[in-house]
Amino acid sequence: MSAVTYHFTVPGDDYSRAGEASSQVKNRLKRLGLPAGEIRRVSIALYEGEINMVIHGGGGEITVTVSPERVEMELTDHGKGIPDIALAMQEGYSTASPMARSLGFGAGMGLPNMKKYTDEMAIDSTVGVGTTVRMAVHLAPAS
Amino acid sequence: MEAFFHSVKLDWERCVGCTNCVKRCPTDAIRVQDGKARILRELCIDCGQCIYICPHHAKSAVVDQLEQAHRFRYTIALPDPSLYGQFHNLEDPGRVLQALAALGFDAVYETARAAEVVSLFTDKLLREGRLETPVISCACPVVVRLIRTRFPGLIRSILPVLPPVEVAARLAKRSFCRKTGCRPEEVGAVFLSPCPAKSTASRDPLGFDHSEVDLVVAIKDIYPSLLAAMKRPDLPPAPPLSSRQGLGWALSGGEAAAVTATRRVLAADGIENIIRVLEDLEDEKITGVDFVELTACPAGCVGGILTVENPFMARTRLLEMESRLPDSPTVSLDGIDERLLSFDHPVKFCEVLSLAEDLDEALEILSRVDEIEGRLYGMDCGACGAPSCRALATDIALGRAHVEDCIYVQRARAAGETSVKKEEAL
Repeated sequence: MSAVTYHFTVPGDDYSRAGEASSQVKNRLKRLGLPAGEIRRVSIALYEGEINMVIHGGGGEITVTVSPERVEMELTDHGKGIPDIALAMQEGYSTASPMARSLGFGAGMGLPNMKKYTDEMAIDSTVGVGTTVRMAVHLAPAS
Repeated sequence: MEAFFHSVKLDWERCVGCTNCVKRCPTDAIRVQDGKARILRELCIDCGQCIYICPHHAKSAVVDQLEQAHRFRYTIALPDPSLYGQFHNLEDPGRVLQALAALGFDAVYETARAAEVVSLFTDKLLREGRLETPVISCACPVVVRLIRTRFPGLIRSILPVLPPVEVAARLAKRSFCRKTGCRPEEVGAVFLSPCPAKSTASRDPLGFDHSEVDLVVAIKDIYPSLLAAMKRPDLPPAPPLSSRQGLGWALSGGEAAAVTATRRVLAADGIENIIRVLEDLEDEKITGVDFVELTACPAGCVGGILTVENPFMARTRLLEMESRLPDSPTVSLDGIDERLLSFDHPVKFCEVLSLAEDLDEALEILSRVDEIEGRLYGMDCGACGAPSCRALATDIALGRAHVEDCIYVQRARAAGETSVKKEEAL
């Protein structure tokens, strides 16, 4: 079974570079001829994740694996961690800094959107150590 | 797959096989193979960058010549509004219309007037909630071709309203036939165009089945005779001019400014800029916008490669002319059948980027591309004839090129290395 895996490093606190990983992944998915809907879900969810890593996580690593059945994304940062995941998942809840908010981030829709656009999502976080978000988008079998 | 018509041709003799066009093509559609630049037809979007950049003038636009108009009994000139910005010391655009009549056209219909109709109709659709926003204007044919080959997520956002040039041809022919009683097939509509993309759009229309634009003549080709005609003392009287909204379409931002149903409009110009906007729209990084105007040429249609004047000077002139034109539209939608202004069918996405039809196979090729790219040197020098190492790796994986096409690989081999390692070569 064929699959491709991509690794990205997300720098912390450089807002202008947030989105590089999602845009590279998007361009590769287009070369696979995936349906527009699935490409869109992956790139939006991944972009939201990248933004979170910049705003809260101080950067980190992303691994994306594409197989014929699914696109898996694993985003790991080494930031301060999420004390209350249920609270963080609520729409509108945000701990973003005033600077991030002034740039238009921090509307409290990041994690909810990531859940909305993916088929699977799990958060694993330890305060003081970091956060790992795992997401998957299922690819419909070829018609 | 349908045939892709393009309005770029290569002069085989003049092409020296340099990589200027290869490196400037925004869609990686050109390769130098066997010493000549070849276009991958399915990737070309007719932006004209290669024509503009070629230092050897080996690339030229496929446009019609004015002489071809003789096959029609009657001819109507459809001047693009960018034409008015091409002349020194011209205060009154009406003079251009007079000169066109003096050149022998039986009628002159301003494309700017049709642009007013398109603006009014777009406004109506927006006000009546008949469009899902954001909509992206299709007036620049390059934008439609970009979306249909690279932005599957935006294919449904293309504004299903015909571009002004097409509307101009349709309205002008009907009005002329009504007045003279002649048959439509006796009348030729001649668009005076700032760019080759509009020539492609009339031969291979997207969104509608048949174009009523019969000939597309380059502004630069008609310019000398037009200039001479403008100096004649005995010109016929000028018809009334369109409004500043119509004229504004020649400039980036002009079409967006003519939309009144919403102020949440975005305008961008220049091929790299519009690609960036499309990427961000597709990723929903740009939100809260209802109407998007994109023009591939810098400063708008005045930046088209078939014009003669510096685009920014042309803009200055047009802005000055605009200030003397009527403020509000000179047309209305009364009596115009909506079908005359609308797409026949939605534009379909063309799967030109996918590496293989089968996902499993595409994944295998993609992983081969990644593996080959890892063995190349990342210099993106273009000497192999492909625009980047990634593009060469893709060509190799697809069997269209060889790893030996890379001069760094060749050099490493010549130096006696058995395996190619970039650390050693660098």
